[in-house]
Amino acid sequence: MRRVALGAALAILATVPLWVGGTYYVNIASQILFYAVFALGVNVLAGYAGLVSLGHAGLFGIAAYAGARIMNEGQGHVAVMAGALALTLVAAAVFAVLALRGTGLGFVMITVALGQIVWGVAYRWISLTNGDNGIAIRGRPSPLGLSLTSPAGFYWATLVVFLAAVASMAIFVASPFGASLRGTRDQPRRMNALGYHVWMIRFLAFLFSGFWSGVAGLLYLYYNQFVSPQAVALTASAEVLLMVIAGGTATLLGPITGAALVVIVKNVASAHIERWNFVLGAIFVVIVVFMPEGLVPGTRRLWRRARAALRPRATAAE
Amino acid sequence: MSLWVVLAVNSITLGGLLFLLSAGFSLIFGLMKIPNLTHGSFFMLGAYLSTSLIARGLDFWTAAIVGGLLVAAFGGIVERLILRRLGGAELAQVLVTLGLSFMVADVCLMVWTGDPIRIATPSALRGATSVAGMGFPTYRLAISLIAVVFAVALWALLERTRLGAMIRAGVDDPAMARVVGIRVSRLFTIVFCLGAWLAGFAGVIGGPILSVYPGLDQEMLPLALVVVILGGSGSLLGSLVGSFVVGFLYNFGQAMFPELAYVVLFLPMLIVLVVRPQGLFGQQTA
Repeated sequence: MRRVALGAALAILATVPLWVGGTYYVNIASQILFYAVFALGVNVLAGYAGLVSLGHAGLFGIAAYAGARIMNEGQGHVAVMAGALALTLVAAAVFAVLALRGTGLGFVMITVALGQIVWGVAYRWISLTNGDNGIAIRGRPSPLGLSLTSPAGFYWATLVVFLAAVASMAIFVASPFGASLRGTRDQPRRMNALGYHVWMIRFLAFLFSGFWSGVAGLLYLYYNQFVSPQAVALTASAEVLLMVIAGGTATLLGPITGAALVVIVKNVASAHIERWNFVLGAIFVVIVVFMPEGLVPGTRRLWRRARAALRPRATAAE
Repeated sequence: MSLWVVLAVNSITLGGLLFLLSAGFSLIFGLMKIPNLTHGSFFMLGAYLSTSLIARGLDFWTAAIVGGLLVAAFGGIVERLILRRLGGAELAQVLVTLGLSFMVADVCLMVWTGDPIRIATPSALRGATSVAGMGFPTYRLAISLIAVVFAVALWALLERTRLGAMIRAGVDDPAMARVVGIRVSRLFTIVFCLGAWLAGFAGVIGGPILSVYPGLDQEMLPLALVVVILGGSGSLLGSLVGSFVVGFLYNFGQAMFPELAYVVLFLPMLIVLVVRPQGLFGQQTA
């Protein structure tokens, strides 16, 4: 049953450009996928580690900016990706060392500050980042000779990366490391007493989360062929957190659903109503107040309740 | 007048505004443990409301007070209807207040359009006042004076009145405060409204200097955040010192390292967080 569902989902995802009708929708699908990668990365911390970061757009942006700079130096795409991801990992390590001084609100505040520093550099350090005008790049990579210039080509490449991210998350969640990370979220002191190095577990989780944020940042750069301070703003960090929370933290499907929801609301709502920021804020408030555990666990809970309500009647009929 | 003196005056003015903004933020954060990310929106909303009030013929100071009151009423509604349901859930509070700030920003954009609006300086305070042989803009001096007056008034309120004693008790130990019969829940609403009023009022009197424009909220909020983290939450003295530190860092940083102005602003905050997480004047909490 699970395999059938998984296979069906894969088939649907792989054939999106064939049935969705129009490059506009293919592009939206690509956006959903790379934002889902970003949300999955943030979910490692927000969901499994219980550490809410409002600075991850900084890591996302560092990857995008680094990629753009390296590319405009005339380097090839391999160097762009390797350089951007290496730099993102270094930044993630610095972020982690500073932010892990605190937990709870302290962690949130430090990540806000770090994100704002990155934003300030992107916005003001004009010789490095070209300030408000942003940096444009030319061309997308063509791995194995396949061109990614068409929307469909880019979609498939993004899908491959997305599936790799999902697979890595599935492995991570089931692994002993994933279990120990959840342990540090629920019972940090007990974990410490059991001999686990809580700080190191969180640090590694931060790197893992930063890596996928960086990958998403690179995809964002290649998708837009442009990066500006907007990508690093507090709003961007908040948006990705909304995806995670709206979908459901500490689930695999939640961040993906959340990414789809936010991207669709952003694009579809902005086509029909001018006030999509208002809609986004309203969704934020409504979800937090009425479905605090997120859409996916919330729906699952309702589903389970519905099944539980049906079952006794079925046994009575026998 | 030399550049440095101008910078210093601007720093003190900004520090004064920041104090009005962050004193409320700090109290809300300290007492209610709510990281109120709508606080920047309160600032902007107050400024926008006052432009409409002034256009209706109110004078500047009445508009400042009434604008603040409208913001306080809005804050009270938010606290009672939404934040009340989320007691203790910090993450949910962060998200809800952030979502609200998006909504407020969008409504402001809809009502007052995207063009910056300048609030006219009250006529009595235009021009310059000469102090020690140097001419200072009168209005900026007035803001500094207002900030000092409010600092003293808030200090008196907190340290010398029954209400202040209850608030301090609530900050120190809310559970114990409840046990001895203080209605902490009502205190929460009062403090939230007071904080919102201060922010709205600060937005209005900042108007003649900063003007009002979309994005003002997102510009002021991080500054308030830095002030509170530097000074320590719930500490009035911390807010005061933090505000002027940030005022100076911001103005001098922008003048001396324009490219790294934000780094100059946020780096001290990071250092404080790493070395002394409770803030310079905050109390160690278990």
